[in-house]
Parts: sequence; structure tokens; C-alpha cells
Amino acid sequence: MHIRKSLFIAAFSAAGLALAAVGAQAQDLSIKIATEGAYPPFNQTAPSGELTGFDVDIANALCEEMKAKCEIVAQDWDGIIPGLVASKYDAIIASMSITEERKQTVDFTERYYSNYLRLVAKKGSDINGLDSLSGKTVGAQRATVAAQWAEDNLGRNATVKLYDTQTAAYSDLEAGRLDALASDVYPAFDWLKDKPDYEFVGERIEINDLIGIAVRKGEDDLREKFNAALTTIRENGVYARINEKYFPFDIY
Amino acid sequence: MAIGQSYREIKIWLSDSACIGLSPVSPELFARSCPRFIDGFFISIELLVLASLFGFVIAIGLAVARTSNVGALSVPAFVYCYVFRGTPLLVQLWIFYFGFGSFGAEGLGPFWLVFRDGYWVGLVVLTINTSAYAAEIFRGGIVNVPHGQIEAALAIGMGWWTKLRRIMLPQALQISWPAYSNEIILLLKGSALVSTITVLDLMGQTRTVFSRSYNLEIFLYAILLYLVLSGSLTIILRILEARLRTPTQMSRQH
Repeated sequence: MHIRKSLFIAAFSAAGLALAAVGAQAQDLSIKIATEGAYPPFNQTAPSGELTGFDVDIANALCEEMKAKCEIVAQDWDGIIPGLVASKYDAIIASMSITEERKQTVDFTERYYSNYLRLVAKKGSDINGLDSLSGKTVGAQRATVAAQWAEDNLGRNATVKLYDTQTAAYSDLEAGRLDALASDVYPAFDWLKDKPDYEFVGERIEINDLIGIAVRKGEDDLREKFNAALTTIRENGVYARINEKYFPFDIY
Repeated sequence: MAIGQSYREIKIWLSDSACIGLSPVSPELFARSCPRFIDGFFISIELLVLASLFGFVIAIGLAVARTSNVGALSVPAFVYCYVFRGTPLLVQLWIFYFGFGSFGAEGLGPFWLVFRDGYWVGLVVLTINTSAYAAEIFRGGIVNVPHGQIEAALAIGMGWWTKLRRIMLPQALQISWPAYSNEIILLLKGSALVSTITVLDLMGQTRTVFSRSYNLEIFLYAILLYLVLSGSLTIILRILEARLRTPTQMSRQH
């Protein structure tokens, strides 16, 4: 009886172990991540349709760190939060600023980089800072902190035009429809590399803008996993290596 | 300029009074952005009214040209309708705004005054688009005017212009009006696409307001405002339809 019982226990625990192993296998995290695909150099769609950029590299590094199977999909900016809420994907890694308004709808991880704004204008134009914008036309991408800042701070004296994508705003700056563009600094820095006729004007515009990963409200488990992975890639140099690929200075 | 100034003042006054008037019944979210919605509402109305008026005149000309026996008139009119009816409005808007616009002030010369501003580009493209559709509708009306009417007109010695003005067009319009009314409603809905070329029409304002709150309720208000617009439009078009019918009915009584 005694032996039988211990045999039974042994068999049971062996089965338990096997089950636990299967369980661990099944727990292999599978995450669908959305990015915009139109915000170079952070996220962009290559001619082949492949998504590339800083956000995408960070997403892949985090997934590797979390040992998760990740799929990255492109989603238009306007619908990117509604899509997350509707569970079309589980996280947004698309250079999204952590704002109070967005926090009403989604939760954010800690920052993975931080941002400030700059004005971009044609070289030799009469725009040299915030005071010279009166009566001018200033562009920004709709649904960004730059747009919000422009509307709140320039709306009274200047005309603010909003674009669906940053790319559209650049093309209107070049077409001469805009006198200046209010933009996040890094994508503009990247764009200016190939545009010798344009430059940053005025001082940097500090807006206390931290960029985080958005997850559905209450998904604390996933959020903490992202946070842990972020800390690790900051420490082990993976982040720095990705950063270096795009900018000659630390953007964290 | 003076007219433009007073029109702007009227708009501001209407917008203020509408928002104050609605405030007892409007939810907080709507009340906060009410002036934006009403501004957008006016822009949508302006684009619709102007595009349909200009479009109507062009469409009549095109329809007459399409039914003409002269190839130099009918072929270009056919090509125009074929191109602008056969391509998506969105593509047309983007080609005109981003495509032609990229030539800038130097490339476009005086046309830059139009191409500079999304509002005017939107108006031009909506006018072109609706005229191509409406021309087809009116062409259908013209070819369906009873043959006896034309023979009678010729028999009493009417010239081409008199025949067109007094016999053909009134009857063609009467025949094609229900289909044309439909086209105007489609134009209203199509006009929402101008929000993609920086115009802050009703849709543009809605998207801007939405981009701040991410509250889907916002689109509900846009729907209600669009329904108010299309409802009023339907009523106006019905009244015109009834008035178009009168002359022929009177002539029957004679």
C-alpha cells in the first residue's frame, strides 16, 4: 500500500512535470505589434512592403529579450489607438507620445526615447523663431503632439494646417504651401540630411514629451514585460547599438 | 472684400448662436468642440453649394456637347467624362493637390493662387468630378426627350438655341432630375475626402477633434450633422423637382 502510494505520487508528479513543460511551451508569448510605417526614420515601409526603422528595431529587440513571437503590422495613425482598443493587435510601438488624453484610453510603458519639437523652414526665409510666425502658415501632422502644440500656441496668430502623414507635410513645405513645419526633432533631423535648402530655425521647443509603448488598459502583465525588457536592452547595449544606427547622439 | 468680411462675420455669429442654442442639449464632448464642428459644417456647405452650381453649368455644356453631331465637340466631352468619372475622387484630389502642387509657385505661375490652398483645389476637383457625372445624367435626359417634340420645334421654325433652351433642356432636366439629386447627395459624401488635403471641412474638423480625445462618440456627432445636411439637401432638391415639372404640365393644359 505504502509503495503503491509512493508510486502513485511519483507517477503523478512525473505527469505534472510533463504538463508543466507543455504549459511552458504554450506560454511562449505571441504578440502582435502595430506601427505606422510612415514616420521615418522611426518607422517606414520599404518599397518591398517590409517595415523598418528605429521603432521596428526596438520592437524586435524587445521581443527577442522577452522570447516572444512577434508580428509587426502597419496601421494608419488616425486609427492606431482604436485598433489597439478593438484588439486588432496587442501593442503600439510607433513613436507615440505619452499624453494624459491618450492615457484615458490606453496604458503606456516607461519611455523608450524622449522628444522635443523644432521648427523647420527654408534657408533664407524670414522665419527665425516663434516670434516671426505671425500671419504665416505652419504645418504639422494631425494627431501628434506637434499638431497639438501648434494649434494651442500658434493658432491665434498663424494658420495651422494639419496633415495625415508627416510625409505629406514635408511635400507641402517643399511645394511652398507652408512657411514652416512644426515637427518632432528626430524625423526632421533625418529628413534634413537630404534637404540642403531647409534648416532648423529657432530654439528647441521643450514639451516634456516621452515616447512609450501603448498597450490596452489593464494589460499590466504585458506592460511590465515590456518594461523589464526595456531596462535590459538599455543595460546590455542593444539599445545603444540601435540608437547609433540612426542618430549620432543618445535619444533616450 | 467687404462682402467676404461680412460673410465671415455672419458665419461667426451663426456659429456662436448655434453653439449657444445647442448647449442645453449637447453632451459635454460636443459642447467643448462645438465651434469646430460648426465651422467644418459651413465649409462643407460652401464646397457643396459652389461645386454643385459650377458643376451644373459645366455639366449642361458637356451634355449638349456629348449629344452634338460635331465630333470636335462630342469627342473631348466624352474623354473628359470618361476620365473624371472613371477614376476615384481621392486619386483626383491627391493628383491635383500633391501632384500638381509640387510644381510650386514657379512652376504654376498664376495657377498657384488656386493650387496653394487645399480649399480651392478641393473646390476645383469636386466641381470637375460632379460635372463629369452630371453630364452623363443630363445626356441621358437629352436623348430621352420624345422625338416628336424636336420635330415639332423644327416644324415651327425654331433655331438651334431656341430649341435647346425652350424644348430640349427643360424636358431633359425634368427627366434626369431624380438621378441628378442622387449625384448631389453623393457629392456631399465625397466632399469628406477633402479632409485629406488639409481642408478643415466637417470631416476634417471631426478628425482633428478625434485626434485629441480618441473618443469614438465624436463620429456620431459628425454623422448627425451630415444627416442634417443631406436631409435639407433632399428637401431643396424635391422642391426644385416639383418646380421643374410645372411648365410642361401647364403646356398640357393648353
